[in-house]
Amino acid sequence: MSDIVRPYGDTTGDGMVQVSFTLPVPHDKRAEGAALQLAAKMGMEPAILVHAKAMGPDFTFFVVYGSVTHLVDLSKVTVLEREYPLLTAKEASSTIKRNLRRKLVVIGACIGTDAHTVGIDAILNIKGFAGEKGLEYYREIKVVNLGAQVLVPELVERAREEKADAVLVSQVVTQRDAHLTNTREMSAAFRESYPAGSAPLLVVGGPRFDEHATAELGVDRIFGRGTTPAEVASYLVHALITSRQPEPTTT
Amino acid sequence: MATVRPTRKLDLDPATVRQARALARTAGRPIVRLARTHSTVSVERAVLRLAGVAGADPDGIPWVNRLVDEVREQAGLEHGVALPVWDALRRSGESDLTRLAQRASSGGLDLRVPEGRDAERARRASTTAVRRGITAIDRRRAERERMVAKIGDAPRQPWIYLIVATGDIHEDIPQAQAAAREGADVIAVIRSTGQSLLDYVPEGATREGYAGTYATQENFRLMRAALDDVSKELGRYVRLTNYASGLCMPEIATLAGLERLDMMLNDSMYGILFRDINPVRTFVDQRFSRQVHARAGIIINTGEDNYLTTADAVDEAHTVTVSQLLNEYFAKEAGLEDWQLALGHAFEINPDVPDSFRLELAHAMLARELFPKAPLKWMPPTKHMTGDVFRGYLLDGFFNLVGALTDQGILLVGMMTEAVVTPFLSDRDLALQNVRYVLDAAGRLHEDFHPQPGGFIQNRAHQVLDEAVELLERITDEPGKAPLLEAIGDGTFGLMKRPADRGKGYDGVVQQASGYWNPATEILEGRE
Repeated sequence: MSDIVRPYGDTTGDGMVQVSFTLPVPHDKRAEGAALQLAAKMGMEPAILVHAKAMGPDFTFFVVYGSVTHLVDLSKVTVLEREYPLLTAKEASSTIKRNLRRKLVVIGACIGTDAHTVGIDAILNIKGFAGEKGLEYYREIKVVNLGAQVLVPELVERAREEKADAVLVSQVVTQRDAHLTNTREMSAAFRESYPAGSAPLLVVGGPRFDEHATAELGVDRIFGRGTTPAEVASYLVHALITSRQPEPTTT
Repeated sequence: MATVRPTRKLDLDPATVRQARALARTAGRPIVRLARTHSTVSVERAVLRLAGVAGADPDGIPWVNRLVDEVREQAGLEHGVALPVWDALRRSGESDLTRLAQRASSGGLDLRVPEGRDAERARRASTTAVRRGITAIDRRRAERERMVAKIGDAPRQPWIYLIVATGDIHEDIPQAQAAAREGADVIAVIRSTGQSLLDYVPEGATREGYAGTYATQENFRLMRAALDDVSKELGRYVRLTNYASGLCMPEIATLAGLERLDMMLNDSMYGILFRDINPVRTFVDQRFSRQVHARAGIIINTGEDNYLTTADAVDEAHTVTVSQLLNEYFAKEAGLEDWQLALGHAFEINPDVPDSFRLELAHAMLARELFPKAPLKWMPPTKHMTGDVFRGYLLDGFFNLVGALTDQGILLVGMMTEAVVTPFLSDRDLALQNVRYVLDAAGRLHEDFHPQPGGFIQNRAHQVLDEAVELLERITDEPGKAPLLEAIGDGTFGLMKRPADRGKGYDGVVQQASGYWNPATEILEGRE
């Protein structure tokens, strides 16, 4: 089969697409011409203006159908793969239940002087973020959210007390690189108070972190702006359960 | 509002309905007792705001916070903030409360709980000062009534409710005016993410918010003034909505009253369940804020739609009914009238479920018949909006149809780009076309529509009501002095366990000592 494809309307190779958009111009003949000009520049040739409607005195909404001249080369499609699958709340919970046979314990906090709990709350609170429920919604995850301005020793103590599997820390304030200093202090404290290899999974998040700096900061994972609860939950399940399972033995 | 249209299409058993309300009362009464015997830092700050304390220190911390913290430190809050503050005002010779607050926060003020004649003087002076704030709220209410009468009201029901949320009040204003011109009867300004967890109200006009705009007195004032202009232009009074929720509920309710906001989101349990705010803090703050809303003629919107975004809309339909009944009890106890109760519910059943539309209709009719005089707020699908905007547009059409069939008071306009992008200009236009088409085509279909006696819709409504009664019975059977608190602690609502001694803002709760004095409550409850 050929690697070259075109959009499919009702016949192979017809290249038909539909687009809708608004231009900031009053609805008149000129506006319609402008819409067709845009369509042509987008590679729609010929384009058919099927709908134009004034939206207030200064805007016009258009629907355009047409055949695009562009070709898609499937052999040149590259996809960036996440190293773990994105799970639904139900899938994450059932994986935890099946493999851990207890609840997965997550402790969250904003450390240092940072009082911005927006990040940690978006991930942990049931209200969630971007239409996704937070980790509190997951039946098999026990969430302990310590809130803002938590001291590192207190965080370590609570983590031990709760036998935390993972520690989530969010840092928004970045004055004088406070987020980096705080994170290093936190990871060092966990390394000190746990025997090697037994510390909980350390995860930090915030808008100004470099997601590749895990080794430098001594944490297991860094999440940036726009991270959703499901991504975090899926990562926890991957890092704590799925990636640690022994290879199935064959007899 | 609300043209009362008695509907008895579901043949609900009046005894069951009475039982449901009686159970809600039983569950709610101990909570009210709790609210009457406690106060919070935010209630006390609201008292100071009513007395005219405004502004903030150079770090942006409002003077009301500074003064309440100082009173708490020196004299304790168990007697309320009014006695120590007006006592100190008299003794210090300061003429102005804000200046007094400034002096207090620099450590130059001696605060105590006055006794005897001094206490009586402080009670009288504080009542006079707070009454000025309440009179201002009364004037704002009268002003609204005058404007609605003079300019005209929304042309029909449901009122069309649209949201703006740019984060920048100066961007919100033209957007809100454009939305009003496109047909919105109600504009809601979404708050910045996380404001509900701030234990102070930010000051001034704000231009930076996350996914919303901060609720501040100045932002309220600017937006109301802009909507007054557009109301006159359009010949109909356009209402403004914001959020009295989170840790500063009483203060935000007060500011809303002072700036003539028209509706406020104000749910009895939302903050507890979804924001992990301490239950006692929430109930105390809520009672005060609802007393203010009652006085200000503000319509409250409750948040039952949120239950269905976390729980299954079929299995948990009865939790919506239970919450509506509790919200109604708490609201009436605080002095709100039926026309002020926009009880929430939502179109959130998975469209792949067989008969999903009939189930939605049954649930919406149940809300309508249980609360015949309340306006009801009907919320569009969010959970099952997938990014397939074409399917979403159809779903919104069916949502609008249920709204038309069940005489909703307020209809939040669904966007086909829900969960995709913040709505495009064209999305809003298409959404309003959808609403208009359905209301014009089927707005009076309810006159012809009578569900089959003993049929699917009636049976489903009866089932949900029965389940609601069962849940209320389980709640009232809990042990202890306040079974509802026990139930919240057990995780009866949603999946959340919220113990009464945990959660945010608990350190801001105090038990009232004998001799506690709150001039605002005295006036609002008609004793002064």
